[in-house]
Amino acid sequence: MPSNWWLKRKSYFMFMVRELTCLFVGGYALFLLILASRIGDADGFSALLQHRLVIVLQVIALPMVLYHTVTWLNLTPKVLVIWRGESRVSPVLIAAVHYFAWFVVSVIILWMVSMYR
Amino acid sequence: MAASEAKGTDKTVVLEVFRYRPEEEEEPTFQRYEVPYFEDWVVLDALNHIKDEIDGTLTFRWSCRMGVCGSCGMMVNGDPKLTCAAFIRDYHPATIRVEPLNYFPVIRDLVINMEDFLEKLTEVKAWLVPQEEKPVSEGEYRQTPAELAQYKQFSMCINCMLCYSACPVYGQDSDFIGPAAIALAQRYNLDSRDGATEERAEVIFSHEGIWECTFVGDCTRVCPKNVDPAGAIQQAKVSATKDWYHSVLVPWGKRDVKSR
Repeated sequence: MPSNWWLKRKSYFMFMVRELTCLFVGGYALFLLILASRIGDADGFSALLQHRLVIVLQVIALPMVLYHTVTWLNLTPKVLVIWRGESRVSPVLIAAVHYFAWFVVSVIILWMVSMYR
Repeated sequence: MAASEAKGTDKTVVLEVFRYRPEEEEEPTFQRYEVPYFEDWVVLDALNHIKDEIDGTLTFRWSCRMGVCGSCGMMVNGDPKLTCAAFIRDYHPATIRVEPLNYFPVIRDLVINMEDFLEKLTEVKAWLVPQEEKPVSEGEYRQTPAELAQYKQFSMCINCMLCYSACPVYGQDSDFIGPAAIALAQRYNLDSRDGATEERAEVIFSHEGIWECTFVGDCTRVCPKNVDPAGAIQQAKVSATKDWYHSVLVPWGKRDVKSR
C-alpha cells in the first residue's frame, strides 16, 4: 500500500486526524507534569504559564484535545454494550452519560480553580 | 440498444470498467462502456447490460441481485459496494468507475480470489460447536430471546468481503484476521449454545486477531447489513482484557468464558 493511503478516503483521513491528536493529549500531560514540578516555585510556575510559546501551544492543543475527546466519547457506545433483557441500552444514552461525566469533572475543576484564584 | 428503445430512455451513463485478462495482457486496463440510464437501475444492471448487449467477455460475480448472497461486491468510484444496491442515479451524470474489491488478488476482470477469506473463516471456526453433544432424541438446543439478541446483529453477515476492502490494516497486512471473520467468531462466542470460545481464543485474541485493529471503523461504514464489525472487534478487546486481568488477579477463580 502506498504511504499516502490515508489521503485517499475521507474516513481514513479523519482516522489519521484522530490518531494524530493523541500526540497533543500526551504532550499536554507532559506539560502538566512540568507544571507540577514547579509547584513549590510560584514565580517559575507563573513564568512558565505566561511564556508566549506556551500560550501558543495551549491555543493549538485545546482544539486538538477537544476533537480527541469528542471522537473518543462518540466511540464509547461501540465498545460498551449493555443489555437490558432483549434490548441494548441506547448508544446515544451511553455516549450522553460519558458527556455528562465529562461536564461534571470540568465543573469540579473550574470550581477548584476559582477557589484558589 | 434494444433495452433503451424498449423502455424509452435517451439518457446514458458511462461506466469505466477494470479489465484484466491474464492470457492477453500483463497489466490491467480500463474500458469505457456507454449504457442506457434508468432511474431504477443499479450498477449490476448496467454490468449485466454490458455483458448481454455490448461485450460478452466481461467477467464478474453476481447471484441474487437483492443484497442477500454477498457475491456482487466491487469498488464503485473507489468505495466498496454491493453493486446490486448501488443505484446509478446516485452517480449520474458522472462516469462510474467499477473495479474489483481492494486488497484481494484479481483472477479476471472484476473477479477476485477469495481463498484467503475462506481460510480465515475456517481458522476462527465460524460455526457452532455445541457445548455438549446430545442425541437428536433429547430435542433441540434451546435459547431465550435475550440470548439470541446477544449475537443476532453479528449473524447478519453475508460474507461479501466489503469490510476487508475498506480495511487499511488488511491492506497493509493480509495476515490480519480481519473484520468479518472476527465478527463471526464473536457471533459464535456470544452464542449461549456454543462451547468453543477457548478454541477460537488463540487465533482471535492474538496480534493478527483483534490487537492488530486500530479502529479505523470503515468496515462498519461500508457493511451493507449493519453488522458493525468494528464494534465486534472492540468488544472482543474489552472481554479479552477483562479475562486477562481476571486470570492474573483471581488465578484460582473459574473463568466464565461466556462473559467474554
